[in-house]
Amino acid sequence: MRISERPEAPAAEPPRRLYPDPGLTDRAFRGVLRGGGAFVLAIMLLVGGFLTYRAWQALSVAQWGFITTETWEPDGGNFGIAAVLVGTILIALVAIVFAVPMALGTALYISEYAPPTIRQTLISVVDLMAAVPSVVYGLWGLFFFQGHVVTLSRWISTYFGWIPIFEVDGVDPRDPLATATVFTSSTFIAGMVVSLMVAPIICSVVREVFSQAPVGEREGAYALGANRWGMIRSVVLPFGKGGMIGGTMLGLGRALGETIAVYLIISPVFVIQPHILQNGTSSVSSLIALRYGEASEMGMSALMAAGLALFLMTLVVNFVASSIVARSRSGAASDS
Amino acid sequence: MTVTTAQSPPGDQGPQTSPAAPAKPPIPATTLPGRSRPRTESRRNLATLRATDVYAMIGAAAASLCITWLLFDRMLPFNGALGFVVVAYVLFLGLYALLVSFDEDGPAVRDRVAAAVVQSLGLVMLAVLAFVVVYTLYEGRDALPHLNFYTESMADAGPIEPLSVGGILHAIVGTLWQISIALVICIPAGLVCAVFLNEVPGAFSRFVRTIVEAMTALPSIVAGLFIYATFILALGFERSGLAAALAISVMMLPIIIRASDVVIRLVPGTLREASYALGTSRWRTVWHVVLPTSRSGLTTAIILGTARGVGETSPVLLTAGYTAELNADPLHDPMVSLPLAAFELVKSPEPTYIARGFGTAAVLLVLVLVLFVMARVLGGRGPGRLTRRQEHRRVRASRHDAKRFEAYASTDQSSERPAPTRSTP
Repeated sequence: MRISERPEAPAAEPPRRLYPDPGLTDRAFRGVLRGGGAFVLAIMLLVGGFLTYRAWQALSVAQWGFITTETWEPDGGNFGIAAVLVGTILIALVAIVFAVPMALGTALYISEYAPPTIRQTLISVVDLMAAVPSVVYGLWGLFFFQGHVVTLSRWISTYFGWIPIFEVDGVDPRDPLATATVFTSSTFIAGMVVSLMVAPIICSVVREVFSQAPVGEREGAYALGANRWGMIRSVVLPFGKGGMIGGTMLGLGRALGETIAVYLIISPVFVIQPHILQNGTSSVSSLIALRYGEASEMGMSALMAAGLALFLMTLVVNFVASSIVARSRSGAASDS
Repeated sequence: MTVTTAQSPPGDQGPQTSPAAPAKPPIPATTLPGRSRPRTESRRNLATLRATDVYAMIGAAAASLCITWLLFDRMLPFNGALGFVVVAYVLFLGLYALLVSFDEDGPAVRDRVAAAVVQSLGLVMLAVLAFVVVYTLYEGRDALPHLNFYTESMADAGPIEPLSVGGILHAIVGTLWQISIALVICIPAGLVCAVFLNEVPGAFSRFVRTIVEAMTALPSIVAGLFIYATFILALGFERSGLAAALAISVMMLPIIIRASDVVIRLVPGTLREASYALGTSRWRTVWHVVLPTSRSGLTTAIILGTARGVGETSPVLLTAGYTAELNADPLHDPMVSLPLAAFELVKSPEPTYIARGFGTAAVLLVLVLVLFVMARVLGGRGPGRLTRRQEHRRVRASRHDAKRFEAYASTDQSSERPAPTRSTP
């Protein structure tokens, strides 16, 4: 039995369009958006491409020696970033060693211990510190900090001088009249000043992650009889592990690229300086700031190559950091 | 004494419900405890801090100070303020753990010690950061009270001139020019790109997002080097405020795009869908829904980017050159900015120059502070949360709409429609 007759369809009706017609203004709007995106992309690719292109000239002259040579005489064809790269990395490492404990402590204090009434103020203060210009830190380091930290440098070199990186040449610890200048302008001091600059950045990333630790798990820990530190150790710290690593690496990226504070403090030398307490070190960015003015065609190209190496280094550090943050559990709420 | 209450239906009885039927079985009685019993319970103390904790802390602090003084002053050949503080702090932690362990078990001792360490780390960092700011402002005290510091340039101020001659007007003007040009470039480009990343999804926008994220890693000096090599060396322009503004833009653009992208992503999808469901076009949805909703966040993103751009020294160092004279033309001749002026002034051995350098840094710091406070006042609200004034405006617009609808309904359908009015979103 047939339930219904199929009605005769009017043969002339065309099939309906199933995609939306955005209309003229919308199409124009999308065009503008795409244009804006393409414009930004073009600028960014231009920066990267131009750096690579100009650096190529120097790299093809220096070959692999670019990584292993310590001196910087681009016009003589004898130049490399071994010394400045080691200096950059050492300064950044000193900065991280000082910044990470301070930043973690502050982040934990703000998210777990601080009274709720002042918490928002503290968050604002830390964010403000991340925005303070680097030249301000540089001035502070040069005029105030350096004079005070020399004592610490001398003490470390006297008692821990047997560890190779704390060794200082030409200092007799038993001579009370020895001049302090051998301890100034060192990797150690530059690193400590940079650590103050990167600590707020690390702190604000880490605090954000700590404050997202799921409430259910926190209360679960308390319900099982944990005290505050027990809760932090079993819930907050494991949850924020990705954020801690990622924030540290973001700070490392910032420390690698820092120019002005380092430039004001260090006295440049172009040998690998593994003794972090001793006068004289160098970094890629301060090399550029120092030599760009007198650079010839070849010198400019060599500086570009150094800038490119620095850029690649910070790029790798940043990408690793963001992938660690994205993959960790940080930012995910608990299932319950 | 026990009180027996019979349950009665609560609330006034409607006309349909009849009075309670007498035939119902008695409801089980509820027994309430007597009220007249003397209240022996005292008020509980809800404070988390006990007196013994305070005693332990004070005792440990006093003991550690005394022992450290004994060590430093009487027994060992140590001296120095820093060493004193470090030794006293370590002793304090040890003594505090010892004192707490008399009363408490292991986990509680670890909790107390961890709390002491975390709180002192936090306070040390905040104190040091506050000190950096206060030190700069304090060192600027010599230069800042002179009015000529804000109204003159350094053109007439030689190395031995006192602070009553010369100022940083040229640097202030330079900073304003450079940041204005940079904002003219960055705000449209940054906002359009951020909207593009969110509204036109696809492989292309993912690629753009990856590249923008990569460029936030660009060291600022490399941005300066790029503009120096292209704009000045290759294209043959001279060092000028424009070149510095371009360098700042290259550095600021990824920062602004990334921050705005995050803010726009927070706009609730339901708002967008509601707008589309009303038949709105994409363009109107972005203009009337997405951008107004995320306005405070976008303002914050732009102002924080500006604060970063204002404070950058290294790109300006390479591209703007240094001059002691006032130059209000961003297209020609060197133009100095506040951070660069501070940097160049303190490199001089003259005490007056150094004082001026600190004064410049203090002015810069105050500028960044003002920008930051502006960002917190204007922004800092989640998407869609309104200020009082915005809320008031919206209520007024809605009342106006209601009146319009009423007027439309009361008049005949055939009569003329009232003129369409736009309500402010």
